[in-house]
Amino acid sequence: MNLRIAGLLALLAAALVALPLVASPYVLSVATLILYFAYAGQAWNVMMGFAGQLSLGHSLYVGLAGYASAGLFFHYGIGPWAGLWLAIALCTAAGAAIGFLAFRFGISGVYFALLTIAFAEFTRIGFDHIKWLGGPGGLFIKVSQRETWDLANLRGTPEMFYYVMLALAAGAFVLCWLLLRSRAGYYWQAIRENEEAAQALGINTFRWKMLAVVVSAAMTSLAGVFFAFYYNNLFPEQVFHISRSIEIILGPIIGGIGTLFGPILGAAVLTVLADGITELLAALGLEIPGVKQVFYGLVLLVVVMYLPNGIWPTLARRLGLSK
Amino acid sequence: MSPLLEVATVSKSFRGLKAVTEASFDVAKGDIVGLIGPNGAGKTTIFNLVAGVFAPDHGQVRFAGRRIDGLRPDQVCAAGIGRTFQIVKPFAGLSVLDNVTVGALQRAQGVSAAKRHAAKIVERLGLGAKRELPASSLTLPDRKRLEVARALATRPQLLLLDEVMAGLTPTECDQMVGVFRELNRAEGLTILLIEHVMRAVMALARHIVVLNHGEVISRGAPEEVVRDPAVLECYLGEEAEV
Amino acid sequence: MPWDLVLNVAIAGILTGLVYGLMALGLSVIFGVVRVVNFAHGEMMTIAMYAAVVLFAAFRLDPFLAVLPVAVAFFAFGYLLQAGLINPFITRPEHSQFMLLVAVAIVLVNGLLLAFGPDARNVLVDYQLESYAVGRILFDKARVFAAAMAVATSAALFAFFRFTRTGKAIRACADNYLGAKVVGLNVKRYYALTFGLGSACVAVAGCMMILLVDVTPSLGPAYTLLAFVIVIVGGLGSMGGALLGGVLIGLSEALAGVFIEPSAKSMFSFALLILVLLFRPQGLLGRKVS
Repeated sequence: MNLRIAGLLALLAAALVALPLVASPYVLSVATLILYFAYAGQAWNVMMGFAGQLSLGHSLYVGLAGYASAGLFFHYGIGPWAGLWLAIALCTAAGAAIGFLAFRFGISGVYFALLTIAFAEFTRIGFDHIKWLGGPGGLFIKVSQRETWDLANLRGTPEMFYYVMLALAAGAFVLCWLLLRSRAGYYWQAIRENEEAAQALGINTFRWKMLAVVVSAAMTSLAGVFFAFYYNNLFPEQVFHISRSIEIILGPIIGGIGTLFGPILGAAVLTVLADGITELLAALGLEIPGVKQVFYGLVLLVVVMYLPNGIWPTLARRLGLSK
Repeated sequence: MSPLLEVATVSKSFRGLKAVTEASFDVAKGDIVGLIGPNGAGKTTIFNLVAGVFAPDHGQVRFAGRRIDGLRPDQVCAAGIGRTFQIVKPFAGLSVLDNVTVGALQRAQGVSAAKRHAAKIVERLGLGAKRELPASSLTLPDRKRLEVARALATRPQLLLLDEVMAGLTPTECDQMVGVFRELNRAEGLTILLIEHVMRAVMALARHIVVLNHGEVISRGAPEEVVRDPAVLECYLGEEAEV
Repeated sequence: MPWDLVLNVAIAGILTGLVYGLMALGLSVIFGVVRVVNFAHGEMMTIAMYAAVVLFAAFRLDPFLAVLPVAVAFFAFGYLLQAGLINPFITRPEHSQFMLLVAVAIVLVNGLLLAFGPDARNVLVDYQLESYAVGRILFDKARVFAAAMAVATSAALFAFFRFTRTGKAIRACADNYLGAKVVGLNVKRYYALTFGLGSACVAVAGCMMILLVDVTPSLGPAYTLLAFVIVIVGGLGSMGGALLGGVLIGLSEALAGVFIEPSAKSMFSFALLILVLLFRPQGLLGRKVS
């Protein structure tokens, strides 16, 4: 690997690990949020950036995983490390079902995106009717303490959550790096670039597309588990909402689809700027709902129009790095 | 010795339009066969039938004695047939080397082995200097070379070339001919090519099959075919450069 | 379940469905010709509804009269949106176009939130409270008028595409982009025109819808999805399909609301969308799109 990149990465890693020692609680919470979106964005990126399948319904996996793990904790006291397996299983099954239906019936592009939206929306309304999981009133899990690190139940200090998310994000980064260099990475990119040509080279595109969807869903499920135990409350209306899906994809699109650093950079830029705007307005005495979203929309608009490949590729060229 | 590829009375219609009607021909192992005919004769349809893009309505396609009609394109590739496309389909966002590596992964054990094999093929096709460039930045002749390199990387026994010479200058054309001749001679690569550029057909093909309106109207050695009155008639009005 | 209740609900659903159909018609026309997935369609509908609210609040303008200025304004907006923003995007990959309109949608829906706040708004005209009675069957006046307007507008649009020269030129662009260019049609201008027309449809539909439901900013995404469900069920690119789809969805929503549960009605629509996407992606009346 390029020495420059390795050096920069090491620096970044050190800074991230040391952050809780110097940061205020507010900055720490923002940093945790950035890492959350960086992670979720990486997971989504596997499906879209690597394999070229546009999913606008990733909130489905976050929601399923969150409710699965929170439900088990709420009703049976089963901790998240066990509950996560159910979450992964559910999301993998859901992803496999969507992928199978879509690819078997030749649905792609915009129709595929609409299909993913439909599944998420269907589930959103469905969960409103599941009384066992709280229904529309929401599911709340008890915050027993915030003083000590109880990793087993994911109850603890904000620093603990920060490090958990950091570990997830770092893990995702390494996993994606490995995937890109593997046969899967080559085959996925081939399918993304030209599916017909990929088939002519012996690639079973159905199988590999399924793999991308399933891997992406399974990765996203961990974000869902984290979401449940970090926020401690889940509402179908919120968790499965299409806005959640869009928030997940904003990072990779702005940072750069298909790249390793794109999702992370995009998440950082977006969260920092958005929070900056909210702070600015608050300082001016304005408390306006919806301003943050309008801002997201405008940034997205500008990026899609003028930086179609995202910020990272241009930035990388300027810095003299590659990939 | 039985032929490597047998196309046995295949027919294919598209919504009532008969593209190919009871076409039969063989390709012997180690041979170079040219498939020629006017536009719309059904040549690419036959390629697509062999390559598994669609299945014939009637008839069979056999490869190394095994039936392959009805298989998916990736299964056909796994069986040992590589193909290029008339309109090149490079993986635009990937480098030249990565493009060919995708092909090499078909038979290689791992990514490093695939990369090594790909690098050799890239050199052979004269793209060595451009291996790290994105495929989107290549000129047309280079894209054609890339297309061939990628198909070759899958280590096929039979290579289907769909009008690879179109758009090339005579010099570039001769270069490509040289590469194919060498592959055929040194490695016994069997080639079936669709071509309009007669310069290439006459230089490469040891046998020619002529298609018109979806039917095989002539076959044999090049010298015989170009004198066949049926062939001359279907090309009437066209200047065939020999 | 008393049969007259069911029938009343069904009729109300069909009439509302015709207004849905007009909304979806706008989307179908845009997608059928320009091949752009207008993800901001529902937001535009919502803006039209707010426009009617504002005009009513300021000038006591009846939505039926508001239709004219709103439709004209929307035509201009749609034309400019296509000409200025979307036309450069025609050659870009599909997901880029999609994201462009997603961005527009986000800006629009949250802009509405900023401007109007989250509370519901509506108009109040006397005929909203009256109905025609045929035996035990009741036809809400507002619903009947709205449906009539929807049908009239659809018919006008249909006539435009069938019988006028511009309409035929637009259909040519839809059928064969390259061919249209070759014969000298200014395709980009026709695209803008089409987007303008589609937007005008939405404007009329919005002005009619405000008579039937209250408006909140969050209706935007809901209507976008609804429009897509209708267009896909009815058939992309088929004008009759959009209306038929609208009626079907309106009817099934109403019946689902009565027989199952009010909140379940959207679930039904989504389930229908999934089924249609899988088994008959060209919809009931559409042609197979490659």
